[in-house]
Amino acid sequence: MEQQIIKVKNKKGVRVIPGFGLSLGVTLFMLGTLVLIPLVSIFISASQLSFQEFVNIIISRQIVSGYVVSLSCAFFAALINAVFGLMLAWVLVRYDFPGKRLMDGLIELPFALPTAVAGISLTYLYSDKGWIGSFFDKAGIKIAYTRIGITLAMIFVGIPFVVRAVQPVLEKLDRQYEEAAMMLGASGTYTFFRVVLPELFPALLAGFGLAFARGIGEYGSVVFIAGNIPYKTQIAPLLIMSKLEQYKYEDATAIALVLLLISFFLMFLINSLQIYMQKFSRT
Amino acid sequence: MKEKKRNYDQDIVGDGINSIQKVLEPASRVSNNTVKYALIGICTLFLLVMLVLPLVVVIVNALKDGWMAYRKAVQDEYTIKALQLTLLATVAAVAINTIFGLFASFLLSKFYFKGRQLLATLIDIPFSISPVIAGLAFILTFGNIGWMGDFLKNHGIKIVFAVPGIILATIFVTFPFVFRELFPVMNAQGKDEEEAAALMGANGFTIFRRITFPHIKWALLYGIILCAARAMGEFGAVSVISGHLRGKTNTLPLHVEILYNEFNTTEAFAVSSILVILAVLILIAKNFVEWKKK
Repeated sequence: MEQQIIKVKNKKGVRVIPGFGLSLGVTLFMLGTLVLIPLVSIFISASQLSFQEFVNIIISRQIVSGYVVSLSCAFFAALINAVFGLMLAWVLVRYDFPGKRLMDGLIELPFALPTAVAGISLTYLYSDKGWIGSFFDKAGIKIAYTRIGITLAMIFVGIPFVVRAVQPVLEKLDRQYEEAAMMLGASGTYTFFRVVLPELFPALLAGFGLAFARGIGEYGSVVFIAGNIPYKTQIAPLLIMSKLEQYKYEDATAIALVLLLISFFLMFLINSLQIYMQKFSRT
Repeated sequence: MKEKKRNYDQDIVGDGINSIQKVLEPASRVSNNTVKYALIGICTLFLLVMLVLPLVVVIVNALKDGWMAYRKAVQDEYTIKALQLTLLATVAAVAINTIFGLFASFLLSKFYFKGRQLLATLIDIPFSISPVIAGLAFILTFGNIGWMGDFLKNHGIKIVFAVPGIILATIFVTFPFVFRELFPVMNAQGKDEEEAAALMGANGFTIFRRITFPHIKWALLYGIILCAARAMGEFGAVSVISGHLRGKTNTLPLHVEILYNEFNTTEAFAVSSILVILAVLILIAKNFVEWKKK
């Protein structure tokens, strides 16, 4: 009897290796207690609000402006990161030069450096008395405590995502197509935009999406340079924080729920766009 | 006859390409070099301004009032306590997430079952969530207004505004890190070797220790390093849940914030420099492991 069960399972090609039950149990238990239960609490807590209350909270002027600041700054930061990230990935993959390994190692710095440290350091650098800020201040441009500063901090945290998304794809890219294009008389720029870029685009989009999502959620590095001027430089995560400090848990939950839905929607959109484009380019 | 002609054609084409290459090469190489150095220049400048300069700012400001002031700030009682808590939270997060990463990636790469894709997506959730929301989630679960709040209060367990909360928040934020590094490696390795060992009668632990582990040891170390880096610097989630009690629930990044908001800029940068040194050490370790992995 037991022999037969094993045989049937072998035929299907599953579960010869022991440990399925244990692995599944441990994985589900840890995922459930450490991640899913706390997350579900947000939905439970939000469901205690009536729909009207919920709408009233999230359409208040302060909160709408928080979303606008977060989304617009994160979008521009991700866009700038896409350009520089692509450039950095290209330079790191295609060229040889002294200091290349150091440059490659530096990319993850924003990841390893605690966000609060990055935050106070960027604020110092770009305030009107800082090394770079004073320079711009003379030209009448304020960076710290404006949306430019927020965008800058988001560029800082987002850059590794784009580089690390594009780099492996570029490494694997077959150079024959480029050579063929060059041979047929295409210029370097034309080859890049018509031959290389379409191949890299799904990876670039993934990097853009990750940087965008990180920018929307980022708190530590942004909060110092933002200056938190109501309606101008208050980001959405900061609004959650200040509502919590005022013990307005309902408001905090409502803001968080919208932010959660935005980031889920974004991830979904980028995933499906990537799948679509991969199908499209294969056929 | 026909064959001979084709060869002839091919020769012409081949010669043609060779001669085009010879003519084109010098010119295109010159323009390529200009583009190359321009791009390297832009990238170097970008990295210097965006990444290196903030580090320099921290070090310069930390030492602004001299070495003695620096030592005093770093050896402050609250700084030491914050450092201890940061290390505790980091070690806990790394330990828990390593156990999870090993089991989850073994599960998802060696077995096929329904809902595999869904599980992988769920594991990635903490990655795309704002740390502030993660902190809020714990308050809504374990806080006074949370649905477990009464139960915890009756049993005298304190999670929110206490050390367990900080550890939980740190675990949450770094949850997928080890898994994300292990899973691709285990998946690429396939399951043939494990199946062979299982059919020859090896038990689960032996299979893991003798077959799976040698393949993944560098990826595991890499994941642990990334997890430690992120855990050590976590700010948003911990900030929500800590309550900022000095000497009790203050981690190093939170201590930096307090000092900075009290306009103790030099001290804030001095404490930051500890974190900068840790970050640079982590980067070096990471690059070493990456080099070993290859």
